[in-house]
Amino acid sequence: MKYLSEFRSPEIVEALLKEIRETVKGNWNIMEVCGGQTHSLVKNGILNMLPPNIQMVHGPGCPVCVTPVNLIDKAVHLAVEHKVILCSYGDMIRVPGSGMSLLEAKSKGADVRILYSPLEAVNIAKENPDREVVFFAVGFETTAPANALSVIQAYQSGVKNYSILTSHVLVPPAIEAIMSDEECEVDAFLGAGHVCAIMGMSEYYPIVEKYKIPIVITGFEPVDLLEGILAAVKQLEKGEYKLENQYTRIVEAAGNTSAMNAIDQVFEVTNREWRGIGEIASSGYGVKDAYSAYDAMKKFEFDMAESHEDPTCMSGDIMKGKIKPNQCPNFGTKCTPVQPLGAPMVSSEGACAAYYYFNMAVEEVI
Amino acid sequence: MNLSCPLPKLDFDTINLGHGSGGTLTSQLLDAGVFKLLENELLNKKHDGAIFNLEGKVAMSTDTYVVSPIFFEGGNIGDLAINGTINDLAMCGAAAKYLTLGFVLEEGLKMTEFWEILLSIKAACEAAGVNIVTGDTKVVERGKGDRIFINTTGIGLVHPKANIDAENIKAGDKIILSGPLARHGITIMSHRQGLQFESTISSDTRPLNKIVLALLDEFGEKIHFLRDPTRGGLATVLNEIAAGSKLGIDITQKNMSVEEEVAGACEMLGLDPMYVANEGLFVAVVDPAVAAAVLCRLNEWEHGEMASIIGEMTTDHSRQVIMKSLIGGRRVVNMLPGEQLPRIC
Repeated sequence: MKYLSEFRSPEIVEALLKEIRETVKGNWNIMEVCGGQTHSLVKNGILNMLPPNIQMVHGPGCPVCVTPVNLIDKAVHLAVEHKVILCSYGDMIRVPGSGMSLLEAKSKGADVRILYSPLEAVNIAKENPDREVVFFAVGFETTAPANALSVIQAYQSGVKNYSILTSHVLVPPAIEAIMSDEECEVDAFLGAGHVCAIMGMSEYYPIVEKYKIPIVITGFEPVDLLEGILAAVKQLEKGEYKLENQYTRIVEAAGNTSAMNAIDQVFEVTNREWRGIGEIASSGYGVKDAYSAYDAMKKFEFDMAESHEDPTCMSGDIMKGKIKPNQCPNFGTKCTPVQPLGAPMVSSEGACAAYYYFNMAVEEVI
Repeated sequence: MNLSCPLPKLDFDTINLGHGSGGTLTSQLLDAGVFKLLENELLNKKHDGAIFNLEGKVAMSTDTYVVSPIFFEGGNIGDLAINGTINDLAMCGAAAKYLTLGFVLEEGLKMTEFWEILLSIKAACEAAGVNIVTGDTKVVERGKGDRIFINTTGIGLVHPKANIDAENIKAGDKIILSGPLARHGITIMSHRQGLQFESTISSDTRPLNKIVLALLDEFGEKIHFLRDPTRGGLATVLNEIAAGSKLGIDITQKNMSVEEEVAGACEMLGLDPMYVANEGLFVAVVDPAVAAAVLCRLNEWEHGEMASIIGEMTTDHSRQVIMKSLIGGRRVVNMLPGEQLPRIC
């Protein structure tokens, strides 16, 4: 398959690994920001192919994992109590809430539907004019344009029974939060390729300068990841810090302006709570007042009990890169994809799920 | 569709509750439809059950089909229900002989749709050389079913040379996959609400009894185990084989074939083809001495061009499936807790 097979070539991978082995001298911790990158690293067995003095640290870039439990509870509340048609991306529906997950709500009769695109939810709203339809709009900058477009489309076509429950989060503030942590041992970042495809590169120059840390915007295939790691290692060995773009076939410096315009039209930057991490200032998107009729937070009453997370879940430390999933005492025992304590064990991008399903290290644990 | 078998003249163009009442409407539906179309000596007696002799070791299997959509590229719920039970028997080393056929119909199912399903049941039975010998038809109120559910139970004679048992699997045995992965599951998913993409992918539903029996004729007890990777896909079956044999499995990703268009759909939907359902594939665990010859026979089969040896049994990492990835890394292949879910980005 063109644009895929050449980025999964064993020969190119071997050549890159050789160059990485020849280049690396020191011990480096490199954080891949995006959960998609974590899964590709583990699924392709790359973690076991890197020299031992390069440690990959898994970042917070799994939108499902960082969605606060309170918002899961709100989605369940809308589906169960308000009896809305609750539409969601697939991997949100197994995430445990305080009481139940959306999957459990569905089994109890709630109308929960799995979609690939919020635009489908607008169509469902058109087909069901007597029902309220809510799309659970989670994700980083990557999914924000489509979610914004759904609101714009609903507005333009006069659909009034559609709204979004939004939990958008942003990558640059998350990187800053990690770097500001005194215990942080991250030496370089692989930037999230698809986030930068939307937003471009400009937001990352100030971070590179402020923290004197290399950031390499990187793709998701094995060759992408190894090129990103090699570029980061080259900078680290030379004592340099700069912003580089490995993912040039997708990411342009200016980003995707029409996507950014859609975001600007519907969303504004707000403070956001991150599951396991806490509130980070200016770290997410909320719906602008002009579109408040499409904001489920304002459209519905949330008369519900206080949310609570399982206190034994260590997902915060895992997402900040302080521990690896298999260093958590509950990993594979009290916490499995069937009975998860937290979101990283069930999300398709969650680091715990990646280790549970694919990692050789699992052998020693379970 | 077989145009030589037009829909018989019935008083209704949809199924109604009366068709399951056991009264006149039931008789009309069955006489004009099921009995006429699927006729054979045993079914023609229209008795409460079928009475027959069978000599030798017998295998039996049952399965219920609730697939949605009921019509899809490459087949429908009818031939799926026949092929599925024939294949389950084939995986026991048995030649399916007699099948039962149970319908749960939802009020409102179009008679033309029911007829099309019956025609494909007839075609599937003929292709595999099996007879429906007894059955049952129930109708549930609108909203209490999903148009049509089918149960088939099959009985078959075990091949005299067959000895299919997970306990026969030994370290060093080769694992052979009979064709490309994920066609049925991707066909079904491309139909479901919201997943609108154009494709020419069709289900791989087909009977496996003839090829399996031909292999047993030639290789007998050297074929240690057979399993068809339907729900849960190849990854689930390999984990079951590892657990059942108490051995480990090493597989190589580059030896597993996935057709280009199916691979593209999997990429787009964020699904791993190893976990996607198949309906016309099997995994054979065979003595290494005959592996090359078994593969050769499979490659000669009309659906076996892409068959390949994907791995082997090992005493290392007991009960675990380890895959060498395309780029040469190694990772565990685990079971999933439920269906694969579409991901966010």
